[in-house]
Order: sequence, then C-alpha cells, then structure tokens
Amino acid sequence: MHRKAILFLSPSWILLLLFFITPMLLTFGFAFTNLSLTGTDAANIQFIGFQNFTNMFQDPEFRISVFRTLIFLLFSAVVGQVVLGLILALLMKEKRRGFRRFIGVIVIAGWVTPEIVVAFCWVAFLSDAGTFNAILQGIGFEPITWLFTFPMVSVIIANIWHGTAFSMMVFQAALDDVPKSVQEAAVIDGASRWQIFFRVTLPIVKGSIVTNMMLVTLQTLGVFTLIYTMTGGGPGNATQILPIFMYNQAFVNYQFGYGTAISLVLLVIGTVASLLYMRFMKVKL
Amino acid sequence: MRKRVKGFGLILLIFVLALMTACSSSDETESGKKELTVVYRSPGSVDSLKNFFDSGVLDEFEKEHPDIDVKITPITASEGDYFSKVALQMKSAETAPDVVSEDTFMLNSDANAGYLDPLDDRIADWEEWDNIIENLKSGVTAEDGKVYGVPSTSDSRGLWYSKELFQEAGLPVPWEPKNWEEVLDAAITIKEKTDGVTPLFMQVGKANGEAVSMQTLEMLLYGTGDTLYDDSDKKWVVDSPGLLDSFRFISQVYDVEKVGPDFSVVMSGQSGNVAFQQLFPQKKLAIALDGSWNARNWAENGAAPIENVEEKIGFAPMPTQNGQEPGAITMSGGWAWAIPSKADMKEESWEFIQFLMEKDNSINRSLTDGNLNTRTDAVEVEEYVNRPFAKESQAYLENAQFRPANDKYPAVSTQLQTVVEAIATGKLTPEDAVQQYKAGVERVVGKENTKVAE
Repeated sequence: MHRKAILFLSPSWILLLLFFITPMLLTFGFAFTNLSLTGTDAANIQFIGFQNFTNMFQDPEFRISVFRTLIFLLFSAVVGQVVLGLILALLMKEKRRGFRRFIGVIVIAGWVTPEIVVAFCWVAFLSDAGTFNAILQGIGFEPITWLFTFPMVSVIIANIWHGTAFSMMVFQAALDDVPKSVQEAAVIDGASRWQIFFRVTLPIVKGSIVTNMMLVTLQTLGVFTLIYTMTGGGPGNATQILPIFMYNQAFVNYQFGYGTAISLVLLVIGTVASLLYMRFMKVKL
Repeated sequence: MRKRVKGFGLILLIFVLALMTACSSSDETESGKKELTVVYRSPGSVDSLKNFFDSGVLDEFEKEHPDIDVKITPITASEGDYFSKVALQMKSAETAPDVVSEDTFMLNSDANAGYLDPLDDRIADWEEWDNIIENLKSGVTAEDGKVYGVPSTSDSRGLWYSKELFQEAGLPVPWEPKNWEEVLDAAITIKEKTDGVTPLFMQVGKANGEAVSMQTLEMLLYGTGDTLYDDSDKKWVVDSPGLLDSFRFISQVYDVEKVGPDFSVVMSGQSGNVAFQQLFPQKKLAIALDGSWNARNWAENGAAPIENVEEKIGFAPMPTQNGQEPGAITMSGGWAWAIPSKADMKEESWEFIQFLMEKDNSINRSLTDGNLNTRTDAVEVEEYVNRPFAKESQAYLENAQFRPANDKYPAVSTQLQTVVEAIATGKLTPEDAVQQYKAGVERVVGKENTKVAE
C-alpha cells in the first residue's frame, strides 16, 4: 500500500522538483555569478562569490530603493489596504444587505480590475490633462502635475485603490465569524463599544489580520506593473522601489546575476516583515 | 472503466505528439522552400521597414532565389526590450533568426557574448563594402577588431531651431553657432525677447534613457576633446575637464539661466514627442539638441506635418566647446544587419543582406523610413537629397563619433543618466556630479578599469 502511494505521488514530486525546486535553487546560485544577458560575461559565466552583494550595499541607489520600498509597503499595504480594509469591513458589518452589496461591488471593482488596466486608469485620472485636473480647473483651481510633483503618493493611492477590497473581504469573513454571544456578554458586563472592539473583537480576528497582512505585504513587494506603467520608476528615481530597481539592473543594464541577487534581498524583506507581524501580534500560524 | 482510461490515454498521447511536432522547428515550409527569418524592431503603429519590405522587394528577392521563402518577423517593443528579446532568441539554435537587425551600440556586446558571426571573410569578397561610408564602419567593428554587421541605417544629431522665433528675437538666420557660448547666448536672447517660448530643449530626464546620454551628454563631451572611454588602454575615463565642463553646461541651461523646458515636460518619457510634435509646430520651442530622425514628424504623412518646413525650421551643426577642430561634431548610432552565430542558413542570410544593401534597395528603404543612408553614393540620388534636412543630416556624419564599443556601456550610461538628471534639477553641483559618476562607474566596471584624464 505504501509503495503504491509513492508510485502515484512520484509524478507530482518529479514535476515539482523539475519546475519548482530546481529553478529556485538555480536562482539562488545565479545570485553569486556574473550571469549577464549579453557581452563577454554572457559567454563566460563565473562564480564571483559575494561580489554582487558587496556592490549592492555600496550602491546608494540600492539603499534608497530599499527605503522607498519600505515607505511604499508601510503606506500602501499596512496603513492603506489593511487599515482601510478593516474600517470598511467594520462599517459594513450588520448593515442592510442591499447596502453591503452596493458598496462591496464598488470596492471589489478595483480589485478585479487587472493591474495594467488599473495603472492606465490612474494615469488617465492623474495626468497633466487628466480627469482630476479637469475637475480641479472646473472649480477654479490651478492644475497640478500629480505624477510629477507627488509621484510616490500617486502610486500609493493607486495601489490602495487596487488592493483594499482583498483585505475588506478577508475581514468581513473574519468579523462574521465573531460569535454574537461573546459581544452580548461584554455588553452585559458594561463594556463600551471601543472596549468591545479592542478587547473582544480584535483578539478574535487577530489570526486573520496577521494572515492578511502577510499576504498583502508579499503582494505589495511584488508590485511592478502598476508603478512601471504609471511612472516608470521616475521622475528621476522617485518611485524606483526594489522590483523596478531589479528590473533595471537585469533588463536595462543586462546584469542578470546582480538582478537575481536583488531578488533575494526582496525575499528576505518579505520574510522578515512576515516574522515581525507574527511576533508583534503574538500569533502562531 | 478500463476502456475509458485507455481512450483517455490515447487522446493524451495524440495531444503530446501533436504538441511535439508543433514545437519542433523546421526550416522547410510546406512548399519545400527554405525559410529565412528576418528579425528587426518595429516601433508599433507605423512600421516603415515593413512597408518597405511589402513594397515588392521581397517578391523580387524570392524570384531571384526560388528556393527561399523570406519570413519577416518584426518585434514590437521598446528599444531596451528589443535587445533583451533578440539576445534571448539568439541564445538558442531553435529560435535564432537568420538575419537580425542590431543597434550598433549592442553589436559589440552581442559579438562578445558569441551571439554573432564575424563577417570579415564575406565582406572581403563583396564590392559594395567600399561604397559604405567609412566612418560608419567603426560603428560595426567590435573590440576584437572584427566586423559583425553591415550598417543599414544611420543618424546624426544637431541643433534644431525655429527660424521664425529666431527672426522675432533678432537672431541670425541661418544660424550656425561657433561654440557652446553662442548656443547659450541665443537661448538667453530668446528668453528675454519672446514670451511663452521654451528656449532650449535637451533631454535630461532618466525616463528617456539612452537619449539623455547620447543626445545630450555625449554631444557635449565629445565636443571637448575628451571621451567616455579610452580605446588605447581600454579604460573608462571617469573624470576629465571635458566631463566637468559638459556637466557645467547642463547646469547653466537648466539650473542657472533656466532656459530649459518645464520639468514636467522634460522628465516624462514622452518629452521627445512633446517637443517635436507639439512645441516646435506651435512655435513654442526655439532650439532643441536632438537627432536627425525627428524631421520625419513634420513630413506630409508624419505625426505633425508642417508645410514648407525648411522655411520655418533649421538644423544647425552642434559646435565643439570652443570651436576647436573639427568645428562641429555629432554622435552617430544607427542599425546594422547581422547574422547570428546560431543561424542555420548563413549563406542565404548573407545573400539577403547583400540584396538589401544594393544601391536601389538601400536608398528606397531610406526614402520609406526617413533615416540616413549608409552609402557614400546616396548623396548623388536627387530624390534622397531633396528630402527636407537630408543634405545637412548626411553632411554632419563626416564628424561622426561613436559610443564606446564596450560591454559595460549600458551600465555606465545608466550612471550618466542619473547624474545628468540630478544636475539639471539642481540636486547635484557639476563638481559633485563628477564625484558621484566616478564612484558609480568604478562600482559597475571595477576600479581597475577606470582612469582620470588630466
């Protein structure tokens, strides 16, 4: 019986090994080479030890990119999507179904829209001669070059708009699971609404919050299309977060090895952030 | 139940087999002809090279070579993405095209990577090689001294200026500045004498990538006598008086005299289109340092047609810093036809390249796409020279300089773009910019490969 199980599992194991684990290990290995798309290095791949990493940490552009990534992560993922998603879910709780549906559809529209379409919508909205400026001018304000003057704010808002629905849905599901009896018990004990929220509701949905934060964080660390389409990482390097920096090194400067090394750093940031959330919220997954 | 499984297995087998045959590449077409694949970059909506191929040239070639079926496969992509896609294609014999159009600045890298076949033996027996402009041949010669491509189109750079605005401001027309100072003075005069006009446009926004390095910084630097790279000892020049002066000029234009365009225009990836398709036709831009190909915008079928354009706009040569020899300079780029080393019908590839470079075909192509021709005898063809600005553009090629033929150029160019933008926006002084550039280049090419010029 046992042998049969191995036999039947082997195809999936072989596929996983071939198409999942091998490329992962290769990626790890390539981060320590001078792998390049063209040039002498392309004909002659060499193991160069930690060179890519020492170069990276000496590069002021890299350090700023990490900083920008953290800003983007904090405001668009943690503050924006998670907090806003939670507020939306709370506000919609125990409202009439028609109202829930109506608001839900509007918020989820942002989420089901493909990233590239979201980017185009926001460019059309914020560009110099875009919708927003047309409205501003209509009510007598000077137009503002949003994508040029406030690039980071623009992409953060666009990402929040795109991603909030996901958090909202996760929280809605979690809040619906909070047993009414617990809350009623708290009310009888004389707890205020704030106390109920912070002492009763929040601890119960803590697990969902951490899971959601991790998912949103990892998703935000991978945002590329949105920013690349809206600002191209610019103006200057104002919105060059790590994924864009990585792309530029790999596909503009053709240094694949270096790009791969940057992707490992991105992985580390994601892992550290996830561990921190779990630690901070005292949750075991 | 068992029957069903068998039936399913059979379907699966057929599916897998079909997939395998579909994947296996075969150069034999159904009619038994050999298939010659040609890859080039298409800019998108207006693909002038495709129009040229469709104009009957291919039929002519296929008539002469009945066993060959030419398959034109344009790649619609930005320049950077095109290089990546082509490099990936050339890596494998399965996907390598037979003829590839290479930007001359990637030619050296791709040759070093072993993607391209040297053509020296072939051009030795080819009479037409002597008819190619001598200066352009250095653009297709790699570091190892071998020729890897046949120059197919070229370009030059200079100062586009609005004759109408110059007259309004009381500046001489035709304009031929003798040195940088005269360029700056003209821009300042425009600023004082006209209203709502951008005096001088130079690409400085990183979003425009290579244009910043080539159209702006290198057009300045190579007019000082200094260079980016020293071919004699194969070292990158990370600090030179010329570099500092070039940085200072950019700072003068954008930060000190403020005669440059609005930052919201110049920082966007669309700045070239805005300048040449909107500002120039609307008489809102006086001078622009940019490439010869921009004339295409104003042609009858261009993006922003201008009637009698040569009366309204002029194309002046870019002077050297102090007017030193040779008086004017241009950077030159352009494209070349090359044969990938993993192509499987190189003889036929070479036949096709020779065919494309025949005088009539070569000139017809230039007439269709508006680029500069690479043949010395093109200037004898009336139809070619009579196009607006063709004579000037072609003449500037005499003083053409080329970008360093070195693998690391794209990475160095990125460093340049960063500092140029920082200077223009006033975030770096020219002196600090040199230091930052030096540190950046030392990091990407290794300190041992750099030097400081006296």
